[in-house]
Amino acid sequence: MSGFAKNTVRDSLSVALTVGAYGVAFGAASVAAGFSVLQSCLFSLLTFTGASQFAAVGVVASGGAPLSAIAAATMLGTRNALYGIQMAPLLRVRGLRRVTAAHLTIDESTGVALSQAPRGTAAMRLGFWLTGVGVFTFWNLFTLLGALGAQALGDPASWGLDAAVPAAFLGLVWPRLENNFLRLVAVSSMAFALVITPWLPAGLPIIASALVAAAMGWRPR
Amino acid sequence: MNPSMLWVVLLATSTLCFAIKIVGHSVPERWLAHPRLQRINALVPISLLSALVVAQGLVVHTHVEFDHRLAGLAVALAALFARAPFPVVVLAAAFTSAVVYHLH
Repeated sequence: MSGFAKNTVRDSLSVALTVGAYGVAFGAASVAAGFSVLQSCLFSLLTFTGASQFAAVGVVASGGAPLSAIAAATMLGTRNALYGIQMAPLLRVRGLRRVTAAHLTIDESTGVALSQAPRGTAAMRLGFWLTGVGVFTFWNLFTLLGALGAQALGDPASWGLDAAVPAAFLGLVWPRLENNFLRLVAVSSMAFALVITPWLPAGLPIIASALVAAAMGWRPR
Repeated sequence: MNPSMLWVVLLATSTLCFAIKIVGHSVPERWLAHPRLQRINALVPISLLSALVVAQGLVVHTHVEFDHRLAGLAVALAALFARAPFPVVVLAAAFTSAVVYHLH
């Protein structure tokens, strides 16, 4: 195995295993929201984009309408289109491979592919596929474990699961807050969601918080 | 939510999220390259995930309520400031919340 390949494999697999383990939190959150173990697993197999999955079950858990859950998940999924635009010219695949590549286009596969740029195009492609397939494998495996675990535990509050889910969201947003502006966006979104909560149907404040993103991203800084 | 609606959420979410991915691999780059769209799109995950923290941690249906979950969230925040890894953050929050829940 050449030098670049060894490093790329190491990068891809460490990301795949770490991120895949978050699947436990998703599986547990999904079952706590009322989805069955089968439905939770299908979520990870078919939707396969973590933040959207968390958002859908999060809105359902907070008593939101189905349309709110679907809209929140879809809005969070839009960034995958932007990733696809960057990955398609790199991968140059057609037919079934293109469909597979699209399904594997998420934060991590795109991130690892881009991070391999100094090692060349072949390393970028290898990084994309290995990370995509790796996260897919571990994410689905850990979703099943989390769902079965939560089902066995019963009452979510008794085991702290009702606090574990928002803590997981906090853990997901934390690494994105790289500068003061992004921290301000996060705090403003939280404040906005809390303030409008009494006036809107459950679940809608989550989607409405995208207005904060639109307002704060409207003009270049 | 009734069981058939859960299936609707699951299947609609999966279909739309997959369609978005396919679109990204199919449309010309300039269609989605507008700087404003890219700026807002970069902020949307932060806004939605932040709103989910409070909606799940501090709200019961349409009321703001500070209960055992707040204790869990506070510990999660402290753990994140202490650079704890994700599983530790989640488990510490769950443990704290469960303890406070049972004390009440």
